[in-house]
Amino acid sequence: MALEKQSRAAFWVTVLPPTLWIAVFFLIPLGIVWAYSFGHNEGLTGVAITGTFDNYIRAFDPLYLQIFGKSIAVAGLTTLLCLIIGFPVALAIVFANEKMRPLLLLLVMLPFWTNLLIRTYALIAVLRTEGFANWTLAWFWNQGSTLAALVGLQPFPAYQPLELLYNNFAVVVGLVYVHLPFMVLPLYAALDRLDKSLMEASLDLGAGHLRTLFSIVVPLALPGIVSGVIITFVPALGAYLTPDLLGGTDSQMIANVIERQFKRANDWPFGAALSFLLMYATFAAIALRAYLTRGQPADGHGI
Amino acid sequence: MDQLAQRTQDAAAHKPIISFRNIVKRFGSMTAVDNVSLDIMPGEFFALLGPSGCGKTTLLRMLAGFEVPTEGSVLIDGQDMGETPPNKRPVNMVFQSYAVFPHMNVADNVAYGLKIDGLPKDEIKARVQEALDLVQLGPLAARKPDQLSGGQRQRVALARALIKRPKVLLLDEPLSALDAKLREAMRFELSQLQQKVGITFIMVTHDQDEALAIASRIAVMHKGAIAQLGTPSDLYEFPASRFVADFIGSVNMFEGTLIKDGADEAVIACPDLAPYSVHLPHSAPGSAGASVWVAIRPEKLNLHKNASEPPAVPDCPPAHNVARGEIKEISYLGDSSIFHVQLSSGQLLRVSRPNRSRYEQEHFGWGDTVWVSWAGSSPVVLLS
Ligand SMILES: Nc1ncnc2c1ncn2[C@@H]1O[C@H](COP(=O)(O)OP(=O)(O)OP(=O)(O)O)[C@@H](O)[C@H]1O
Ligand SMILES: [Mg+2]
Repeated sequence: MALEKQSRAAFWVTVLPPTLWIAVFFLIPLGIVWAYSFGHNEGLTGVAITGTFDNYIRAFDPLYLQIFGKSIAVAGLTTLLCLIIGFPVALAIVFANEKMRPLLLLLVMLPFWTNLLIRTYALIAVLRTEGFANWTLAWFWNQGSTLAALVGLQPFPAYQPLELLYNNFAVVVGLVYVHLPFMVLPLYAALDRLDKSLMEASLDLGAGHLRTLFSIVVPLALPGIVSGVIITFVPALGAYLTPDLLGGTDSQMIANVIERQFKRANDWPFGAALSFLLMYATFAAIALRAYLTRGQPADGHGI
Repeated sequence: MDQLAQRTQDAAAHKPIISFRNIVKRFGSMTAVDNVSLDIMPGEFFALLGPSGCGKTTLLRMLAGFEVPTEGSVLIDGQDMGETPPNKRPVNMVFQSYAVFPHMNVADNVAYGLKIDGLPKDEIKARVQEALDLVQLGPLAARKPDQLSGGQRQRVALARALIKRPKVLLLDEPLSALDAKLREAMRFELSQLQQKVGITFIMVTHDQDEALAIASRIAVMHKGAIAQLGTPSDLYEFPASRFVADFIGSVNMFEGTLIKDGADEAVIACPDLAPYSVHLPHSAPGSAGASVWVAIRPEKLNLHKNASEPPAVPDCPPAHNVARGEIKEISYLGDSSIFHVQLSSGQLLRVSRPNRSRYEQEHFGWGDTVWVSWAGSSPVVLLS
């Protein structure tokens, strides 16, 4: 009896502080923002919560719908590129020898431990007009030109630096770079769990590597692929810093619009409504994942 | 019938279906397979037998193409496999874990290899049906692997490999995941199946009973090398080393010195058996004075009631091939009993007696002092 009481006390002592923390610093503010989304500005600083749906109706204005659509497209492209790049990377780590594997995983995770701002500025240094990318391309261009002159051809015209920064291209590059670990890690977990003898059996039965990849590895890793896609897509959809720093005037995503409502436009109710629409989109993605992986045993078999 | 004719023909031609030539396989500094040369004839049911870690699986995987030998070459049907990838070799494998594809039903699993070969649909269908019937899985064709028992999954793996009509079927511990009863039943089925399809089977196992029961020939492996190669009865009755004698079946082993070595008589003095000696009606390996080991199987020992004189052994001088001791323990196994007899030297002898009669006339009990004897033809003399 005493033990039960003690363990109940221990239960509350361990559960209460984090619950309070989440309530005070997450749920309550979230509730306030949610309430704001049904209000309108009053004066310079006040918000009157009137239960109006005006903010949501305004959010369906073509201007904002188009930005929503564009955000989804950019996040989708980012996710696709992450999948295409991340799958071979995860596969290579799974098949790397045991000594190399922790090192390779560390390399994948290393960017996580660097501030996003620093990583983004580093990318600016790479992509800008006199950046490393253009510098390298110029070097090759000039070598090619010299070579052409050597064999008696016309030397090339002077190198024109590529516009790599402050456009949609830069945003996608930045998002892929930032979100790649989100894709690689769940893929790695799924592929690592996969019984290697299944792949060997496929080879043994006459299948080539590509056939084995698409008939055996991909179907069995599907829950991991779905996880990776959702885990990448959700933060990419809400990306703020990357489009802000790397994008041009036409590359703003929904998070940039939200930020503008809260700050420059000082329209908190509308910002709140946009925020919640973004959150509902996220929930939809997570629900889709639950639906796609329903009834899955945890060992990654099936579908 | 024509399969049998074919087999005899192949055997007559003496062309091995599999040849390992001086195979060495190292993983880093560790040698897993150490200079193995081995020929396997068409139609054999060949077993690779040995303790855990002796390199059996590695040898099999080199045949399948999953490992490349560090040195030496593997020939399948006379062709050097070199670095031929697994999907281009005329052999198929049944994996220890069965490796049945969990996302495909039984029929799709079995059809997988033929679909890759791009066979027409109706031919695939007919052959899948045939393969499933062969392993008696016809009614389960639509099941998913997670709805199958271990034995059924193993049959799927068998059917999936056999449907490719390989020249050689490789089996890595095919029965180790099954329970004892099923294992025994599947042993019989495997050898029946092998006779029916007439394909060479090569099976890896660490279970000596299994190897003795189904293989036509066995290679006993020890630390990456072949310790002995022979038929099951060769290995059991004529082990070439202490390792083989001990690994296959159970054995009583005595260290001794060859004190007399004639053309038709040899005598070995073993300190554990003193004052009696071991007498053989034939010559022994090694020369007089050599230190040797004497191995005797438990079922070749006889028990006698206590008496002041040792029992007489036919065709054997008195005071040879006998020992006296006390029964320390009796293990009743149903069909037989194992008596643990402790000699005055402290050595324990294992004596096996069949339980022929339900009412034992000649009763031996715990603590009885008994005589043990054996025929001169029973001991095996080993030099290593
Ligand atoms: N890929 C590998 N890398 C390093 N060492 C290996 C590898 N595969 C096998 N070995 C080593 O080679 C030796 C032989 O292994 P193998 O799997 O052939 O043994 P086995 O006879 O099949 O044993 P078991 O009965 O336990 O399956 C073992 O010591 C094992 O640790
Ligand atoms: Mg093994």
